Amino acid sequence: MPGTYLPESYLPIFIFIIIATLFGLGALLIGEIVRLRRPYHEKLMPYESGIDPVGEPRVRFSIRFYVIAMLFVVFDVEAIFLYPWAVVFDKIGLYAFVEMVIFIIILFVGYIYAWKKDAFQWE
Amino acid sequence: MNMPDLQPLMPEIVFLGLALFVLLAELFIKSKETIGLMVIVSVAATAYMIPQSFGVTFSGMFISDGYSSFFKFIFLLNLILTILISIQYIQIERAEFGEYYTVLMFSTLGMMIMASAGDLIVLYLGLELMALSTYILAGFIRHDARSTESALKYFLLGAFSSAILLYGIMLLYGLTGTTDIMKLSSLLMKNGMRLQSIFAIVMVMVAFGFKIALVPFHMWAPDVYEGAPTSITAFMSVGPKAAGFAVIGRVFLTGLEGFSADWRLLLVVLSIATMAVGNIIAIQQHNLKRMLAYSSIAHAGYAVLGVIAGNTEGLSATMNYLLIYAFMNIGAFSVLVLLRNEQERIETLEQIKGLARNHPFASALMLIFMFSLTGIPPTAGFVGKFFLFRALVYSGYTWLAVVAVVFSAISAYFYLRVVMYMYMYEPEEGVTQDISTAAPLGLALLITSLMVIAIGIYPEPFVNFARLVVG
Repeated sequence: MPGTYLPESYLPIFIFIIIATLFGLGALLIGEIVRLRRPYHEKLMPYESGIDPVGEPRVRFSIRFYVIAMLFVVFDVEAIFLYPWAVVFDKIGLYAFVEMVIFIIILFVGYIYAWKKDAFQWE
Repeated sequence: MNMPDLQPLMPEIVFLGLALFVLLAELFIKSKETIGLMVIVSVAATAYMIPQSFGVTFSGMFISDGYSSFFKFIFLLNLILTILISIQYIQIERAEFGEYYTVLMFSTLGMMIMASAGDLIVLYLGLELMALSTYILAGFIRHDARSTESALKYFLLGAFSSAILLYGIMLLYGLTGTTDIMKLSSLLMKNGMRLQSIFAIVMVMVAFGFKIALVPFHMWAPDVYEGAPTSITAFMSVGPKAAGFAVIGRVFLTGLEGFSADWRLLLVVLSIATMAVGNIIAIQQHNLKRMLAYSSIAHAGYAVLGVIAGNTEGLSATMNYLLIYAFMNIGAFSVLVLLRNEQERIETLEQIKGLARNHPFASALMLIFMFSLTGIPPTAGFVGKFFLFRALVYSGYTWLAVVAVVFSAISAYFYLRVVMYMYMYEPEEGVTQDISTAAPLGLALLITSLMVIAIGIYPEPFVNFARLVVG
């Protein structure tokens, strides 16, 4: 009957979620209440008994990393599409071939664009 | 494997090809005027393809009909006018990158896909193409913090609304097992899960409401409109808005027809809130771009009225209104572009004091657009509102029409205040009111002002055209 459907087989998962939430919060809360607080310099470092920090972690890094990452994604996606196409090439024939050529032409336009914009130069 | 019928898709394919061509051409041709001309030629070629493209293809996922064609003409018109007002403006703003034109074309392509979408996934695809391009355009003045801020705000809120739309689409798919807009209504009625369906409808409405800036989803609009380059503000106050209405018309009037009583009630509330907030907050604005941002929120509230009426008459009135709105709003922003000189941005009421003394012609144009936005005859704004309210009265919402007229009267205050500042004050000392002398901008102003007056005096062909394509 519509509107009264209860996904009963998911009941254990629901109970599990509740227990997991309670357990997580409970552990943190009990720890907070019970534990001793004796902070000192070494203890407050990001990595106790690790390497001494040399500076802030939030530094600005070059925009070129983003450009490289984007180029990687673009051509990576191309490769992802090419593989399944190549595997079933025998069955899907000329039409899919033309489609793939168009797809590659569009990416090629992007390639030329990136090239002319010196996206491949690390300067 | 069968070849799908590509004829209905031809305008989009041609437009995409030309957009890619412009992208490459821009690398080799330095003259931006040439690129602008190429875009206009591309638009002409695409517009030529549209009337021959009628049909349905990809198993109903893509629909090219009179309805979508009308909207596509609005988008292409919007693109041409934006190009015309941009050519010199982006040089002054030092944002003269060739990508500007290509991204404008991609955004327009996204809108065209939205207007033709027969499937929620195609709709989403078009919406994202449009929105992502517009985010880039909003931040096009890279050295200006306000422009960057507007792009970031627009992006964050836009991504949020896209997520809500996807959630709505997911729920609709879960309820019906289809994303085909044409089949949604009957399947939703058949499975009878009313509450869940309404939940999904609300999600979809929130996302569309965001795109057309309905209150309470309008928060982004003033900041984004103010920070973005003025030419882009003109572009996105018309294009994405019209595209939003195109999908609202298709999804609500066709796909969710069976729930019309429910979404109509929601739209009534949203439209009253939109008209109220848009018009009343605009009174407080001294920055003209912000004022026009609130005004464009208010105009979305009016345009929704036609969808509430829900019949052929109402929908054609909305479409007609959007066409008129395109002319008058781009016209008003063109005057703002005209007032951007090398030294400063003339954007506030104080700066346009006594403009009529120095530039009687520019002031007269602004006067025409302000009258039209208010809805004073014989301008096009009057015709647009008249047909909207008429459709509303005929479908039994007389009280809503009265409310809309009251808010329209309130709007006269801030529109006519601009006119008052231009004509009834002396120019302030130390404000240089130099104006741009670009020929393309002049052409855009000529087209928009002539059309505003022409539609105002002789609206019949435009009204009939809108009726024809809907009916």
